[in-house]
Amino acid sequence: MTPLYLLAVLGCGALFGYGLALSTMIRPEVVLSFLRGQDYGLMLVMGGAVVVTFMAYRWAPRRLRAPLLGGQFDTHPSVMNRDTLLGAAIFGVGWGLCGVCPGPAIASLGAGNLPTLWALAGIALGAWLQGAQADRHGPAAAGAPAD
Amino acid sequence: MQAILPLGWTHYLAGGVAIGLAVALLFVLTGRIGGMSTVFSSSWSWLSRRSYFQQARFVGTRAWRAVFALGLVLGAGLWWWLQGPDQPVRTGLPPGVLLAGGLLVGYGARLSGGCTSGHGICGLGSAQMPSLAAVLVFMATGFATALAVQAMGWLP
Repeated sequence: MTPLYLLAVLGCGALFGYGLALSTMIRPEVVLSFLRGQDYGLMLVMGGAVVVTFMAYRWAPRRLRAPLLGGQFDTHPSVMNRDTLLGAAIFGVGWGLCGVCPGPAIASLGAGNLPTLWALAGIALGAWLQGAQADRHGPAAAGAPAD
Repeated sequence: MQAILPLGWTHYLAGGVAIGLAVALLFVLTGRIGGMSTVFSSSWSWLSRRSYFQQARFVGTRAWRAVFALGLVLGAGLWWWLQGPDQPVRTGLPPGVLLAGGLLVGYGARLSGGCTSGHGICGLGSAQMPSLAAVLVFMATGFATALAVQAMGWLP
């Protein structure tokens, strides 16, 4: 990976983090107010992001032979199985409990939200448990797709 | 509007579009899918020799994923510097709730293969039905949990 490539990834990440902060998704209290039915702003955040992403995911592979900085166009490999749905259900329980999900957990550190380190530690531990469990069930079961 | 969006709507929509542009730009420039939960598995490949974490899909993507995550921190820092409040954005939730909630979030997202960004933004953005199902499921359990916690008075 060239320095330009990494700089581009860093810049995209910074725009992502700026959007998470601007939309106040780095405040768990705002996310919980959505999940309590008090403020539907999260629908606008997700809706705005999905519409823009949808257009780029459709347009780019049709108009460009390859990504501008090389490589190929990946796809998000989700599969309809028990793990996808059970995992989503468990994710939702945790999300409804603390109002933190992976992106905002990382971004909120930049705005000085140090208590979120607890959530970050929890997410890292949870990801390790999932990997360790998948290992025990053998390589055949270790097929949760990357996102 | 006041009833469903008491804090206004422009910052929500502008922030969402910025997130969408970030994911779109990452795709146009590198072809990568900008979900955020995988970095929590791929980064373990630096520390753990377990075969699960040593898979090519983690080892081969851990570098750009870590750089992308660093970008998130810098971007939120830039917002704080340019537009943010004087005081840091600190959550008032107890550490135990953050840790326990985070544990379920990390385990569940990795088992499911995506989170609010992976299934929600990237999955829906590529019209994937399994991702739509995942989003509906985590929205349902998220609402149920948040409402139950509030009803039982565990959190203010």
